[in-house]
Parts: sequence; C-alpha cells; structure tokens
Amino acid sequence: MSTAPLLQVNDLKKHFPIHGGFFGGVTAKVYAVDGISFDIAKGETLSLVGESGCGKSTVGKALLRLFPLTDGQVILGGTRIDDMPSSTLRPMRRRMQVVFQDPFSSLNPRMRVRDILAEPIRNFGLSNSSADLEARLVALMDKVRLPKDAINRWPHEFSGGQRQRIGIARALAGEPDLIICDEAVSALDVSVKAQIVNLLQDLQKELGLAMLFISHDLAIVEHMTHRVAVMYLGKIVEVAPRRSLFGAPKHPYTEALLSAVPQPTPGIQRQRVILKGDVPSPINPPKGCRFHTRCPYAFDRCRVEEPVLRPIADAMGEGHVSACHLHDRSAAENPLSGAKGAALLAVG
Amino acid sequence: MALLEVDALQTHFRTPDGINRAVDGVSFHVNAGETLAIVGESGCGKSVTAMSILRLIPEPPGKIAGAIRFNGKNLLEATDKEMRAIRGNEISMIFQEPMTSLNPVLTVGRQIGETLRLHQGLSAQAAEDRAVEMLNLVGIPEAKRRVREYPHQLSGGMRQRVMIAIALACNPKLLIADEPTTALDVTIQAQILDLMRDLKHRVGAAIVLITHDLGVVAEVAERVVVMYAGKKVEEAPVHALFNRPRHPYTQGLLGSVPKLGSSLTGEATRLAEIPGLVPSLKQKIPGCVFASRCPHATDLCTAIAPALEEKAPGHVAACHYALREGALAA
Amino acid sequence: MSTTTLPPGVNAAVPMQDIMPPVRARGGALGFLRRNPTIAIGGLLVLLMIFVAVFAPFLFTRDPTSLAPALRTREPSAQFWFGSDMLGRDIYSRVLYGARVSLTVGFAVAICASAIGLFIGLISGFIRVADSIIMRIMDGIMSIPSILLAIALMALTRGSVGNVILAITVAEVPRVARLVRGVVLSLREQPYVDAAVASGTRTPVIIIRHILPNTLAPMTVQATYICASAMITEAILSFIGAGTPPIIPSWGNIMAEGRALWQVKPYIVFFPALFLSITVLAVNLLGDGLRDALDPRMAKRL
Ligand SMILES: Nc1ncnc2c1ncn2[C@@H]1O[C@H](COP(=O)(O)OP(=O)(O)OP(=O)(O)O)[C@@H](O)[C@H]1O
Ligand SMILES: Nc1ncnc2c1ncn2[C@@H]1O[C@H](COP(=O)(O)OP(=O)(O)O)[C@@H](O)[C@H]1O
Ligand code: SF4
Ligand code: SF4
Ligand SMILES: [Mg+2]
Ligand SMILES: [Mg+2]
Repeated sequence: MSTAPLLQVNDLKKHFPIHGGFFGGVTAKVYAVDGISFDIAKGETLSLVGESGCGKSTVGKALLRLFPLTDGQVILGGTRIDDMPSSTLRPMRRRMQVVFQDPFSSLNPRMRVRDILAEPIRNFGLSNSSADLEARLVALMDKVRLPKDAINRWPHEFSGGQRQRIGIARALAGEPDLIICDEAVSALDVSVKAQIVNLLQDLQKELGLAMLFISHDLAIVEHMTHRVAVMYLGKIVEVAPRRSLFGAPKHPYTEALLSAVPQPTPGIQRQRVILKGDVPSPINPPKGCRFHTRCPYAFDRCRVEEPVLRPIADAMGEGHVSACHLHDRSAAENPLSGAKGAALLAVG
Repeated sequence: MALLEVDALQTHFRTPDGINRAVDGVSFHVNAGETLAIVGESGCGKSVTAMSILRLIPEPPGKIAGAIRFNGKNLLEATDKEMRAIRGNEISMIFQEPMTSLNPVLTVGRQIGETLRLHQGLSAQAAEDRAVEMLNLVGIPEAKRRVREYPHQLSGGMRQRVMIAIALACNPKLLIADEPTTALDVTIQAQILDLMRDLKHRVGAAIVLITHDLGVVAEVAERVVVMYAGKKVEEAPVHALFNRPRHPYTQGLLGSVPKLGSSLTGEATRLAEIPGLVPSLKQKIPGCVFASRCPHATDLCTAIAPALEEKAPGHVAACHYALREGALAA
Repeated sequence: MSTTTLPPGVNAAVPMQDIMPPVRARGGALGFLRRNPTIAIGGLLVLLMIFVAVFAPFLFTRDPTSLAPALRTREPSAQFWFGSDMLGRDIYSRVLYGARVSLTVGFAVAICASAIGLFIGLISGFIRVADSIIMRIMDGIMSIPSILLAIALMALTRGSVGNVILAITVAEVPRVARLVRGVVLSLREQPYVDAAVASGTRTPVIIIRHILPNTLAPMTVQATYICASAMITEAILSFIGAGTPPIIPSWGNIMAEGRALWQVKPYIVFFPALFLSITVLAVNLLGDGLRDALDPRMAKRL
C-alpha cells in the first residue's frame, strides 16, 4: 500500500531490570517505556516531548535496537525489525540514523572527522571507489555547511555547534529515510541552537527526511514539527498535529506543560496551571491514570481505571488523540473543551 | 545609594595558553528589593561575575580588579573574616546544580541551621525550629519530617527549594541566583519561579538572577543586563529590552528563540540566526566585541570599541550605530 | 587612540588594561614539560635510571661479582664509592647492575600485566556471561595480598628473573582487568558507541576502533603504578630470598646481604634502598603527571 507509514510502532515496551540483593537477582523493574504506539510518515516530523525521565530517549534507543525490546513491534518500511537477528538488521540500520544531545561525547575523540563520516559509508557499502568515497565526504561537509578542509581535523578542534554539524553529517552519511534527533539542539547555546534548527529544517526539506524529534523544549518543537506526541511516565498521553496541540491541548498534562514554559514577552497575562509535586518514580508508576497524583482535575475514576488514547471530537485538527477520562464528560463539565492554547500561551 | 554597585569589574584567569579575560570591565548596580537579570550565552562571564561579587574566585589563577560596593563598602578591600560574615548572611547565593552544592552527609535541617547558628548565634533548638519554618516557607510538605532527611532523599525540585531556604534563612539583603532552574524540568521550573516571585514580595530581598533563558528573564526580572564575551553590551528595563532592543546582539538573541504559539499566529517560519562563533576571551579584541558576528559591522566597529551610551532613559547599549532615538542606522 | 581622531558623534569605550602580566604560551615539547613539571621530573629520573642500567658495563668501577675477602666491609671511599660488602664486592657496581634487574622486572611486569589485563577486561566488559565468572576469579586473586601470592608462586618454582616477572604479573593482572572492565563499561554507554552501532559497525570493530583506543590513556597511567609496585615486590622477594637468585645482583639481594650488618655498616643497605626509593618515586611521579595530563575531565575543571 502506498500510504503505509515509514515507521510504525505498536505497543512498544522497554522495562529495565534492577539487580539487587546478594545474588544479584532482579528485585524490581523500571517501566521506562510501557506500551506506546505511533507512526511516522515519509518526510514527516513527529516530536516526542515530556519531562526528564519519562522515557523519550529509551524510545529512541529501542527503535534503533541499541538494546533488545521487552515487547512490541517496530515496522520500518513494511518490514518488522524488532525481532530481526542482528546480521539481517545491520543493512536495515542504514535507513534509520541518530543525532545525540551531547556534542562532546557523541564523537569518538580519537577519530578524525574523515573517519567518523566514512564509517557508515563503508559499513553500508555505499561507495565502490576511493574517489567516490571522497566525493561523498565532501558533499556531506557541504550539506552541513562545514568547510571542506575541516575534514582532516579532530573533534576537539571544533566548537559545540560545529560538532553537532559533524554528528548530523554522520547521520546523513548512510542516506537514511528517518533521523532520530535525541535532544539534538538542547545542549547548544541560544544563538548556535538557531543555526542547527535551521540546518535540520533545510536538510529535511532538501532530502525529504522523516524525523523523530525528541525534545523537552516546547517552543523549538512547535517551530520544527508536524505532529507532537506527549509522553508521561512511559506512556503517550496525547498525539496531535502541531496547531491542534498548541492551540487546543486536550490532556491536562499537556495543558500544564504548555502553561509552564516561560515566554519571552514581559508582562503578558496568561492562564497558569502549576502542577504540585514531582514526577513519580517509573519503578512504581501510579495505578489508574499515571498522572492522577499531580492532575488538577483528577476524580475517583482516575485512581482506578487507566484511560486509553481515543480520538477527540472537538479538536482543532484531525488525528488528535488523548488519554483522559474527562473526555467522557460533557463539554460543559470538561475544563479542556474548546481552544485553550491561546490563553495558556497568551497569543493572538 | 544602590544596594550593590559593581564598577569596572575585571576578573581574569591565568591559563597555560594565555590570560582568560572572563569579565572585562563590567559595571551595573542593584537597588534594594529589585530583581536584576544577567543574561548571555555560556562562557560570557555570568557566573564569574557572581562569584566575584562574593569573592569566591580562586586567586590564583584568578585576579579581580575594579570595585564592588555593597552598602557603600568595597568588598574587594574587605578582609576574609568580613567576607565570611557577609556571605550567606547579607548576600547569599543559589547555584545551578542543587545536588553538588548541598552537603550529602548532613541533614537538610542541619544545613539550614548551620548558617543561622554561625551568623545569628541561635541555639541548636532555635535553629531547628527556624529550619522547619524555612522549609514551610519554601513550600516543602511535611517540613517536620523533611528536616531530618538527607539531600539524596529529596527530588531535584525539592533540593532547589532547600537551597533557597538556606539562602533565605538569614534574611539576606541580596540573593544571587546562578541559573537556579536550568537543571530542572519545566513544570518544576514553573514551581520554583513562582516561589521566587512570591518570596520576593514576602522577604523583600534584592535578587540578581543569572540565566540564559530569555523566557525566565521576561517573567521575573525588572531590569536586565546583557553580557557578551566578558562585557556588558546592553542594559535596560525589561519591557524596553524586549520591545525595543538596541544592541544588535540582543536583537539577534531575541530573534533566535522561537515563541510558543508561533503556529497559531503564523509568525516567521525560519529563525534568525547569529552567524559564527563567540570569540576567544584569550585574545584582546581592539574594537567592538560583537564585530565578528554583527550584521551591521563596519571598519569603525573593528577599530574602535563603542562606549556604553544612554540611548533612552535607563537604556544603555554599547554600539556605534544604535541610535539614541529611532531605529538602527544600517 | 586619542579622542581627537574619532569621527564626530562616536564615543570610544575606556580601554581596559590587563590586570596580570601576560602569559607566555609555549607550544611544543618544552611547553608541555613546563606545564607538567611532575612528568618532567619523574621522566628525567626514570631516564636517568634507564641510562644507568643500560650503561652499567661502562660505568662500573669493579666487577660486581668479583670477591675480595681482604677488602671486606669497607666504608665508602675513592676505591669503593659506596663501600664494599661482606665478601668485598663493590656496592657501587652492584647497585648499577641491580638497576637492570629492577627496571627489567618493573617494565616487563607492567607490559605483561597490562596486555593480559586489557584482554581479560575487554572480554569481561563486552560478554555478560563471561563477566560474572571472570570477575569472581579476579576478586578471588585480589583477596590474597599480592606479595603473599607472589611468594607462594615463587615457592613453586626455581628462582629466576623470568619467574619473578611471571609471579608478580599474575598478582597484578586482576587490578588491570578491573580497571579496563570499568572503563569499557562506561565507554559502551558513550553516545558515539551507540552511533557506531546504529551505523552498522560490527562488534569486533567497535571494540578495536571505538573502545580500545580510549582505554589506552587510563591503561598507561595504571601501567606506571604497576611498574613501581612490581619493583618494590621484586625487592621484597629478593630480600627474603624468594626472588632473583643471589648470584645476580639486585637491589633486594644487596639489601638482604647487608641486613645482618645494618647497624654497624648501614651504607650496604642504604645505597640500594636509596636507588629503589628514587626509582619508585620517579615512576609514581610520572604516573601522577600522566594522569593529570591525560584525564581531560581534571584538566577541564582547572
Ligand atoms: N539502562 C537503564 N537501566 C535502568 N534504567 C534505565 C536505563 N536507561 C533508562 N532508564 C530509566 O528509564 C527511564 C526513562 O529514561 P529516558 O532516558 O528514556 O528518559 P528521557 O525521557 O529521555 O529523559 P531526559 O529528558 O532526561 O533525557 C528513567 O527513569 C531512567 O532512569
Ligand atoms: N577557575 C577558572 N579558571 C580559569 N578560567 C575560568 C575559571 N572559571 C571560569 N573560567 C572561564 O571564564 C569564562 C566565563 O565563565 P562563566 O562565568 O562560568 O560563564 P557563564 O556565563 O556561562 O556563567 C569561561 O571562559 C570560563 O572558562
Ligand atoms: S484521567 Fe483523570 S487524572 Fe488522568 S489526566 Fe484525565 S483527569 Fe487527570
Ligand atoms: S558597534 Fe558595530 S559591530 Fe558592534 S554591535 Fe554596533 S554595529 Fe555591531
Ligand atoms: Mg533523554
Ligand atoms: Mg554559568
């Protein structure tokens, strides 16, 4: 089918065992990712947002098969890759590449830029002659707007932003269909961040890349993305197209998250939802709705029954789903009906 | 008279490959009860400025020059004993990383009580009572139980609340907060900023808030100092700065952060970027420090460093082309 | 620049003077040594000892093994620079030759223990199943003090320099293996290793290209400490007669022979002990200097 998504994730789970006791047995589990599903179309950017420790990076690493999954399916371009043996998986890896947060630890300090970029090209057998390899390397440097003569230098000779460009070039070397950006701009300084955001947007248009953009910076996410998935404690609580999510969030957690972001406009009057307390531990996630310990609207049902993702009728955009029992109530009783985003953000 | 006056502060460090001029001629003042924000990118000298005020710079390799007058007294001439009496008492500080600035082997109550016993000579019992009171003030639930806990038993947000409690325990006149929310999640950041705003009204201390987040500045500051490469390039009341930035660096900075809600108002789809990199502080720059990245730079800029001029009442900027009234000439 | 030359309406900032004298940035080997005085001093002393050991045949004054009963236990003098021992042998010459044994044992143990430890540590850090077994064995070996282990091993064999090296190596391997395993485990978590896996790099290549080169810096530092500790262990073994055979002059042997007389003729023990101390100190200084120079975290914090 031609409209099949590029990447499809069904009920993905990743639980990390905690070893303890004298014999080092498993004493508990971290429910880092606990059954999430989403898909990404060709050329589309899906953002994954949420607070620290909610499982965003774990999703990224699980998709990349950097560790075995606990459960669930990952289907890339129509092929299931979650249960593939690593030898068959290796050529498939070309289609899905990654850019990490820390520009310092994401490049091997003892490899020259040339060798860093040549590694994926050689691994995937993309060039058959050294002249071709050279041409590809030069083209990569050009794509990420680095000077060609920088290719023989070592990572420590570059600034954070330049290193991030090298990291992006490495991700592009395999000519992927999908790039996972795990907080790829979060560690950068404001002025450099804008440079890298612009570069990523340009590359996406130019190469028709799909992107999984993992970030906790909601303003950047809104600027970059087509759709957003909001995570809380290992679960997705809301997925929506950009305008629909920022204009009319339908989940109490998304509402709180949006209202918490400080806005660079002094003196604006906005509606604030300040959450009480901290994110609970993913070792013992709360029963029922995982957000009920902090949700300002929680009621009895929330403490016993877990809400599921379901389409929202009065959403601004199509394909807006959210997991909250409030959606069973009438619009008059639902504090999240209508378009509320503008009041939270104090725009328009 | 201002509560704190920093005058031509220079803090340099001796490093193996040259002198690092981390702060090079920065002047500003803080009035009693006021919130002043210092913004700038990492490495521009914000933290060094804060540490210099409290004389926490290791000397050597560092060296401080200029004047820092607190209530009219120059702290750079104070003895170590006088400084110890001021730190944590009249001026206190909150750091970015709450875990590393708390002592892991002392209970929270002991750490709050310590400063009180040191500076105000309270008895052990009185100090503990006051510690409980402080924890209540910063909104930590079950304060009676929490005073007996150790820092690792608290979450990041609670640790930062404890840091604030310690900082406020002696009713300081000035609180210096160096990136107090940078390590925290947005929802926790919102809690802490809310707390700081609330406490400001109740406690009445002046605050120097150091941050790189323009959103945080807009929410809490009254006046803003913008730093770039060890210099102050602009200073203005918060509304003037955001509505009418005069220095090209500030303009670039404001243009490069997307605003939440941009998809609703259909604003620019591309961020304004400041090209290039921050210059090395180990090189002496003869002209304007921003000339290497400034879209309006001319030969004049690379030759002559612009003086800080008052462009509008209370609004100063160091740029040859930022006109006194009216838009940028270029 | 004076204000009179400025265009109208332009205000120049008051120029800032530097508040400390300029630092002369020095590049090259000399600059490196200046910035790392411990490496310079330690390295110089180690080189000096190597020089002594290598050129002992040209520096000695009398045959270190020739007996001269008539010239027993002479005080240091122009004839016997460091005095003579109970059999009339020249202590100066014996100490020079002793440097050969000490340095040979020190360097050989450092190299062998590092190589074997590196191999074991890499396997342990990469193969989970092997890890628990290997590490229990290493813990077992480590629970015996290394000197006792070396003595026990020497008791099973004939005294020779080769066997001394072997015995000390066995005792030192677990320490290296542990270190390497720790480093490997933390390197495996590095994003660049994840990126390499994601770009289809095979595990053996990951180990050789991405892990191994980054273990070398901590390994080098550890190797210097092992070298120093091996020299001490060798001296102890020889001193208690469980090490290098008595006919080969080694610092431990010389001290052992001078032990009975040390209250009346302290110089017999003093000179080999002095050389041993200086060498061990030098190697440790070198190790500390390397650690500071190679550990980017500590360097950055300054
Ligand atoms: N290897 C591991 N072993 C045990 N627990 C782990 C492991 N990796 C992650 N976790 C846990 O899983 C949860 C999710 O972690 P993850 O790194 O995915 O968070 P995140 O959303 O990316 O957070 P951040 O914004 O801080 O990067 C956390 O509680 C974390 O402590
Ligand atoms: N103890 C020190 N020794 C040498 N250089 C230092 C020291 N502390 C800070 N610096 C340098 O001073 C400059 C400004 O640092 P800092 O004030 O921490 O920046 P920020 O604005 O991010 O807070 C940086 O170049 C930093 O490397
Ligand atoms: S289900 Fe209940 S607790 Fe969960 S988000 Fe909705 S209202 Fe809040
Ligand atoms: S003085 Fe010149 S270079 Fe400096 S900010 Fe103004 S226009 Fe730009
Ligand atoms: Mg993460
Ligand atoms: Mg700082």
